[in-house]
Amino acid sequence: MIRPIAILVGLGFSIVVLLSFVTGAYTWATEEVQPAAEYEFHLAPHGPEGGFAHDGPFGTWDVAQLQRGYQVYKEVCAACHSLKYVAFRDLAGLGYDEGQIKAEAASYQVPGIDPNTGEATFRPGLPTDYFPSPYPNAVAAAAANNNAIPPDLSLMTKARHHGPEYVYSLLTGYGPIPAELEQEFPEFETPTGLYFNRYFPNLNLAMAPPLTTDGQVSYAEGNPAPTIRQMSADVAAFLTWTAEPKMVERRQTGWPVLGFLIFATILAFLAKKQVWSNATPGRKDD
Amino acid sequence: MSFPWAKEYTPANPVMKFLDEKLPLPRLVYNAVGAGYPVPRNLNYMWNFGVLAGFFLVLQIVTGVVLAMHYAADATVAFGKVEHIMRDVNWGWLMRYAHANGASFFFIVIYLHIFRGFYYSSYKAPREMVWLLGVVLFLLMMATAFMGYVLPWGQMSFWGAKVITGLFGAIPVVGEPLQVWLLGGYAPDDAALNRFFSLHFLLPFVIAGVVILHIWALHIPGSSNPTGVEVKSESDTVPFHPYYTAKDGFGLGVILILFAAMVFFLPNYLGHPDNYIEANPLSTPAHIVPEWYFWPFYAILRAFTMDFILPAKLWGVLAMFAAILIWFFLPWLDRSPVRSGHYRPLFRKFFGFGLIPAMAVLFYCGGAPAEEPYVMLSQIATAYYFLHFLVILPLVSSFEKPEPLPYSITEAVLGSDKKAVLGENTTPAT
Repeated sequence: MIRPIAILVGLGFSIVVLLSFVTGAYTWATEEVQPAAEYEFHLAPHGPEGGFAHDGPFGTWDVAQLQRGYQVYKEVCAACHSLKYVAFRDLAGLGYDEGQIKAEAASYQVPGIDPNTGEATFRPGLPTDYFPSPYPNAVAAAAANNNAIPPDLSLMTKARHHGPEYVYSLLTGYGPIPAELEQEFPEFETPTGLYFNRYFPNLNLAMAPPLTTDGQVSYAEGNPAPTIRQMSADVAAFLTWTAEPKMVERRQTGWPVLGFLIFATILAFLAKKQVWSNATPGRKDD
Repeated sequence: MSFPWAKEYTPANPVMKFLDEKLPLPRLVYNAVGAGYPVPRNLNYMWNFGVLAGFFLVLQIVTGVVLAMHYAADATVAFGKVEHIMRDVNWGWLMRYAHANGASFFFIVIYLHIFRGFYYSSYKAPREMVWLLGVVLFLLMMATAFMGYVLPWGQMSFWGAKVITGLFGAIPVVGEPLQVWLLGGYAPDDAALNRFFSLHFLLPFVIAGVVILHIWALHIPGSSNPTGVEVKSESDTVPFHPYYTAKDGFGLGVILILFAAMVFFLPNYLGHPDNYIEANPLSTPAHIVPEWYFWPFYAILRAFTMDFILPAKLWGVLAMFAAILIWFFLPWLDRSPVRSGHYRPLFRKFFGFGLIPAMAVLFYCGGAPAEEPYVMLSQIATAYYFLHFLVILPLVSSFEKPEPLPYSITEAVLGSDKKAVLGENTTPAT
């Protein structure tokens, strides 16, 4: 009894799904696909020439670059973007010592409570504080930015496919609408308040180009010239660090773990061979 | 129960003797996974995955309990708590990545374990109960994994929860009240997050309990083997310890190397970047996809695009659940007396050229956007999937001439079995 029922159920599901297939295939074959500018002119992200120091299983942080990237964040990005999961104490990972971190934290005003009156006020930051948001709340952020809330940057490079490359490409990807695009899609336009960028999914981005001129950030002596590309690469590296400060530690833990496991597995294999050697006397394939 | 030649536990030192008299726990372990459990001597590496699944269950419970110590199921802080684990908790990043990738590896070994069962028809008598409990375990695992993925409260957590619970809304009449009841509201929020956390903590222990039943049921007939011929004599078996502990130890080493490579070098490869964006009910991700281990069933869900008597969405939901529930009936659908696919030429073709490619297509298309040609591909694969289990499997044995089976496991391993030659045991091989 169970088999005839099963066969009916099986045929039922298959026929219904094949009906869906036939209608879907018919639509697909007859309907012309509307070409879309977002598909044809979107570019895949790419990193700076030579890649990042942290790329690959052996990659490590380029501490000098992270410090430059932090400077770019602080002087440019921080005007609109928060970094809420990073605390000042975390800056030790960028090679700053305790005194420098204290001074750095104190240069920020964070929300606090007046110890005498209990009123909400601002106080200088402490190493245990987190980077303060540039806006008091989301409504203020939206109001100041044409209704597009600037996202928090702490995890940005993990929240996008190929995140570090995406950040670099986006920062260096602004430009005029190419002639071919205008030719192929005369309707396409960048609305006022948006900016054309071929690395952004729909090509029109609410963020104004943040890095517009070489030397916009003055690096300390001994650092490479702050071209737009250099600053973009530096801040992309910095945001890779903010997204996962333990990334290099993780890989460096991984190598000895892998080494141990491979050694242990070889031993396990030899043990297995030893144990089985007397189990199958005269086995065909021995 | 066991074979009559199973070794008996004889405690050597006085402490174990005392323990064996008062509470024979060592005896239980000895008979379950020790020298007291005779196992067919011809098991290949496909028989490793049960033990490996057990290992990953333990790993998930251990890492999960530690993570729960630092997590809070409150929609306003959950996302930040996960970041706190990643940044501030000692070795928190290792615990979290091991737990997230551990779930994936648990599913990898379980899928291999299940497909081992399909190929060697491990579901057939006398092991029906082992199989039924296994399907229950798989369903429990899926529920646990689904609820676990909601806990980090990222965009995919939220929208995945919304889409999956929304499926219940497709059920006529009771659908919407049921969805609201499941979520404790109209959309996933604190109520849903809290109950998912509670159940996500509870279910692994339920799974552990059912695993014990699964092993218990297995030990009644004993393990199956690649020939599908039942154990006939002592020369067909070896004791589980040390033979299979050694073999499983090697298999565990290999899978741990792969696991460590993922955890330490590609920890987010199997995840989705959108889950590093905090849940936002006002912003829908471009493509909502579940975790990879749900992709085949998600592809089946989305394959039904046409209303036919019932709405397309309801067809999809029915088919998705049916896709797993039909496994419960396999022991009675497949009536070939031969167990192992190794001796079933026609079944083997359907398995290798039908089921495996169909599953591969469903896996791929379930993770792809709901566009052509992925939808068309998953429709063909879905049709084959149901035909395979419900039509081909019940019918194939009528048209198939199985290849000759070895007399015994011993003969399969050694090329000859003295007993077969002497005619000592003339029970026909099954």
